[in-house]
Amino acid sequence: MKILVAVKRVIDYNVQIRIKEDGSGINTDNVKMSTNPPDDNAIEEAVKLKESGKAKEIVAVTIGEEKAQETVRKALAVGADRGIHIKSENYIEPLGIAKILKKIVEKEKPDLVFLGKQAIDDDCNQTGQMLAALLGWPQGTFASKIEHKNKVIEVTREVDEGLETIEINLPAIITCDLRLNEPRFASLPNIMKAKKKPIEQLNVKDLSVDISNRIQQIKVEEPPKRKAGIKVASVSELVSKLKNEAKVI
Amino acid sequence: MSILLIAEHNNLNLKVFTLNAITAASKIDNEIHVLVAGNKCENVAKEVSAIPLVKKVLYSDSENYENFLPENLTPLIVKLSESHSHIIAAANTFGKNFMPRVAALLDVSQISDVIKINSSDEFLRPIYAGNAFASVKSNDKKKCITIRPTSFEPASTSGGSAQIEKIEAVEAPTISKFIKREETKSERPELGTARIVISGGRGMQSGDNFKLINSIADKLNAAVGASRAAVDAGYIGNDHQVGQTGKVVVPDLYIAVGISGAIQHLAGMKESKVIVAINKDGEAPIFSIADYGLEADLFEALPQFLDELNKLNTIQK
Repeated sequence: MKILVAVKRVIDYNVQIRIKEDGSGINTDNVKMSTNPPDDNAIEEAVKLKESGKAKEIVAVTIGEEKAQETVRKALAVGADRGIHIKSENYIEPLGIAKILKKIVEKEKPDLVFLGKQAIDDDCNQTGQMLAALLGWPQGTFASKIEHKNKVIEVTREVDEGLETIEINLPAIITCDLRLNEPRFASLPNIMKAKKKPIEQLNVKDLSVDISNRIQQIKVEEPPKRKAGIKVASVSELVSKLKNEAKVI
Repeated sequence: MSILLIAEHNNLNLKVFTLNAITAASKIDNEIHVLVAGNKCENVAKEVSAIPLVKKVLYSDSENYENFLPENLTPLIVKLSESHSHIIAAANTFGKNFMPRVAALLDVSQISDVIKINSSDEFLRPIYAGNAFASVKSNDKKKCITIRPTSFEPASTSGGSAQIEKIEAVEAPTISKFIKREETKSERPELGTARIVISGGRGMQSGDNFKLINSIADKLNAAVGASRAAVDAGYIGNDHQVGQTGKVVVPDLYIAVGISGAIQHLAGMKESKVIVAINKDGEAPIFSIADYGLEADLFEALPQFLDELNKLNTIQK
């Protein structure tokens, strides 16, 4: 089995973002960047399948500026075999990303594609499902457990009501939830080894894919701030305030 | 313009978030058509036809739609979208699952998690876990939109009499199969719609200590939530998680106990009407957004809290 894993470089989840003063977006200059957290779960799951002998090869792919390559390099350090970096200087919407990934899937012919369920920057939660639709493949979104059974894969999904289990035919798209596994850290020797693994570089312009953006970002602004409240001295004061002032109990 | 809104249900009853999505849709256009696709779900179609804001119910009954597999639902929605300008669903795990499939096949860029409708093509949505709001304009001919349900009031459910039109099922691919659904059973109200939520964090120190939270939840008829730290530590199941990667809640009262207030947690609860924080660390960031902060050891404060509640003559339910 061959697995393709798509990874994205985003502002690190621990960083408090800063909105640009002109409202044109988020400041990313001199900001710590990392792999999108559920993408780490995607890589981990692929590596586990390889370790169990079910997968032969793992290819990690990313789309983005020159430095996005670091995200692929990290995937190589935890166990991916080779990387693909599609260079693009501009923001591409999930629809465009899905179209690019479709091209890569047609070329690489993987049996499974793993992605994170959502990127923590634009919070769209679309790319995996869109890729599945464009390929006519089934999808297992918000996966918290997967079990590979010959030509099908059983996926346990985290849904609002609890858990849902489905069985989907291969080839398939899986979008990974944070509880799917515990991503490992790359060891120093593996980081050194990853430097020798190949990363193929492509330019988005050479793929002849329509990546035109359809959504115009008019303004990015701070959400309304909550007024700081008061500190109460005791539990009885708290209950009295909730009862008589806020009138919520 | 007309709207195709996809109803969420369990073949017996309509799910409440559909009502919030209908309210959002009504701010775009009055011509709201609601698709009820399922198996033997005539009751749901009738329920929807009684919603005054709904103009027409499109009712499609087939075994293929019983479990709402996105591979099966998408061809039906794509076909029906021909005569509609906006395709709308709630931004929960139901809507998030199929809407991007529909958008991709229509060659449309979806707008996810809309919290405000500015016009028929301009919307407000949170990005970076709600740490920024983006105003966006869709230049696509058709719009695929998911609505954050907690940002809109639910539509009224009685008094309407919309026509129910039967829609032929569309052939579905046989590439996915439903196996089972394990619903979390609880006597308490659902986290997403509860009027009061009380959540515990890492400060609870163990799963057993959540009984302190549970007894207050029982007293207040509240839902029980948790921070990601508490879930990751195994104190409580992940279906209780409030936050960016869990559920977004907007109750009248949110009580955060032993929760420091990480960005990821705040994203899931900071729109609550009244926020209470109980934490022994006076510097915890949760206090900066709390209406009422109590700096105290939760193991002393929670039993006292229950005592005080027991002293009250009446408690709003």
